[in-house]
Amino acid sequence: MEWIQQLINGISLGSIYALIALGYTMVYGIIKLINFAHGEVFMIGAFVGFYAIAGWGLGFFPALLLAMAVCAIFGVLIERIAYRRLRNATRIAALITAIGLSLLIQYVVIYFRGAQPEAYPDALSNKTFDLFGVQISSQSILILSVSIVLMILLQFIVHRTKIGKAMRAVSHDMDAARLMGINVNTTISATFAIGSALAGAAGVFFGVYYTKIEPLMGIIPGLKAFVAAVLGGIGIIPGAMVGGLVLGVVETIVSALGYSLWRDAAAFIILILILLFRPSGIFGKNAREKV
Amino acid sequence: MLKVDQLDVFYGNIHALKGVSLDVQEGEIVTLIGANGAGKSTLLKTLSGLLKPKNGTIQYLSNTIAGKPAQEIVKAGISHVPEGRRVFSNMTVEENLELGAFLRKDSKEIQKDIQKVYTTFPRLLERRKQLSGTLSGGEQQMLAMGRAIMAKPKLLLLDEPSMGLAPLMVKTIFEIIEDINRGGTTILLVEQNAHMALSVANRAYVIETGRVTVSGTAAELQASEEIKNAYLGGH
Repeated sequence: MEWIQQLINGISLGSIYALIALGYTMVYGIIKLINFAHGEVFMIGAFVGFYAIAGWGLGFFPALLLAMAVCAIFGVLIERIAYRRLRNATRIAALITAIGLSLLIQYVVIYFRGAQPEAYPDALSNKTFDLFGVQISSQSILILSVSIVLMILLQFIVHRTKIGKAMRAVSHDMDAARLMGINVNTTISATFAIGSALAGAAGVFFGVYYTKIEPLMGIIPGLKAFVAAVLGGIGIIPGAMVGGLVLGVVETIVSALGYSLWRDAAAFIILILILLFRPSGIFGKNAREKV
Repeated sequence: MLKVDQLDVFYGNIHALKGVSLDVQEGEIVTLIGANGAGKSTLLKTLSGLLKPKNGTIQYLSNTIAGKPAQEIVKAGISHVPEGRRVFSNMTVEENLELGAFLRKDSKEIQKDIQKVYTTFPRLLERRKQLSGTLSGGEQQMLAMGRAIMAKPKLLLLDEPSMGLAPLMVKTIFEIIEDINRGGTTILLVEQNAHMALSVANRAYVIETGRVTVSGTAAELQASEEIKNAYLGGH
């Protein structure tokens, strides 16, 4: 029974990774850039949620929506200011910019509010209930269900709406998309907005779940979500979801076996293994070109 | 309808089009023939807004469109079927057609036009739910043309529609090109298969290393010894 409990914990942690990984994978899918500043968007989301709940007394859901909205705007600004002018530059230039931007955001936040951590307010009363002998926390269930709703919503946007179709078209062939009359800049902005909003939601969940946030909190979850995106197959949306969940479960299992100090290492061992044995990820196909 | 004047286009440092001028009248099929690398595709990409010209003007109806973003040019009524079809292979045939109508808002008319495309290309109807990456080259060419028609263009730019296709399929594609033209769409056709292109066109331009070298009616070019030798496998 304890295993089922651990599995549920792992899945809800994994859903946080999955939400962050989606932003990595969507941005990579459309402009072939690993947006290393994405972990900082997640951190900003956590802080917006914190100030909304602790400072202005908002409830969990209004704070969540606010964090998502602020992060969406933040993501669009990042693309507009830092990445758009590098669209035709070499990929390494854009990558270095992303890393620089990541550091810049971390230290600007520290400059304005200091590096001290903050205790996340109790926005959700956490009850534990007993289901067939399994102890389940209501927080885990809530985080998991909201994440699932967000992922379903994302699938709906990508497959059923006009902007979603434009995103798929641009990520497949930018020039062909232009010839359809698709505005590529608007579509890329929308991709950053959606990916960043999901990271913002993940930030609030993380705060609620781990109860401690600080300006450098984006680094490790950001890297792990990147691993999750690569694990699922970078650029593939369902891959990011599955990769995140697998990673969360693996980490929880590693801790449950008593190796909790090895938890972080597990993620990066997975990255090394996947790069060695299946570099295109679980869902990735080996790229082949039809001439 | 379309008037290109003294167009200069650069690909990085390469001077790809050097003072190209040409015009297309409403209702015509005009073809642009020339060897690989002569600048034919560059011209079409400039017309559809994928490339920006350095100098020169492009007059379409009563607007200058040189350097305008591609979506405005599509909106103005120019559709471009690119070289190598460039269908969205991760999407179904029908989704590709819907993307062709991206700028249109009349969803009922769009559905009707999808049906019309299926009447023109019955093969696409059979495969409407199939991923377009699984289609044969000829079917992909049909899809690329159908997708372009979905934007309701007044002027259709076709880049190498016969490339890589079996002779019978080439014949089918050219019959459809004539059909589309009879339906009132003006066509600018880029081809290496000069023989086929001249057989359907009203007028033709020959382009060599970025310059227009010969122009005239299709019949004149078909009769010219020089063209026969260079492009029609003369005898």
